[in-house]
Amino acid sequence: MIIEYALTISAILTLLCSYRAIKGPKTADRVVSLDAISTNVVALAVLYAIYTQRSVFINVSLMLAITGFTATVASAIFVREGDLIK
Amino acid sequence: MIVEFFVVLGLFFLSIGTIGLLRLSDTLERMHATSEATTLGVGFTVIAGAIDFYPDQIYLSAILALFFLFMTAPTGAHMIARATYREKGGKNNVNQAKVKSESTLEDFI
Repeated sequence: MIIEYALTISAILTLLCSYRAIKGPKTADRVVSLDAISTNVVALAVLYAIYTQRSVFINVSLMLAITGFTATVASAIFVREGDLIK
Repeated sequence: MIVEFFVVLGLFFLSIGTIGLLRLSDTLERMHATSEATTLGVGFTVIAGAIDFYPDQIYLSAILALFFLFMTAPTGAHMIARATYREKGGKNNVNQAKVKSESTLEDFI
């Protein structure tokens, strides 16, 4: 019961994070917001693994953490340099 | 019971991070809110997952995800902070501050 409420609330929080990604004044705000979204999705995957009792989704959360870190580093380089490939 | 406790604790920190992301006024303040609170929230949630799947060997994968998250989240936050700090024309630009201080020194002399 608590797990279902936690899934709903964290999905709503992830949706609220996208407000800053849409309306952020600068590009760095959008990068921060996308980083927060990718970290929240890791929590969503773990909560879904607890909810359905299927242990495959723990591996999904690990892969999402790795992909989110790569996306954050690439976005930070894009903000700093203005271009990814020169 | 202990799984629900850790899930609620993680959800509390996730809520703090999201409220800080929405309500604070500067880029560095927003990054300060999300990078600490969200890391703690996801950390507690992953600990809950590891406790829930304990006899299965997948709990080692959950602990690996926790270790990886604690290593990479400060690195990403540091890269975003440095990119914000050196962004051209920004409020927190280091070159603007240097130029301003030099000009005031010349005016004073």
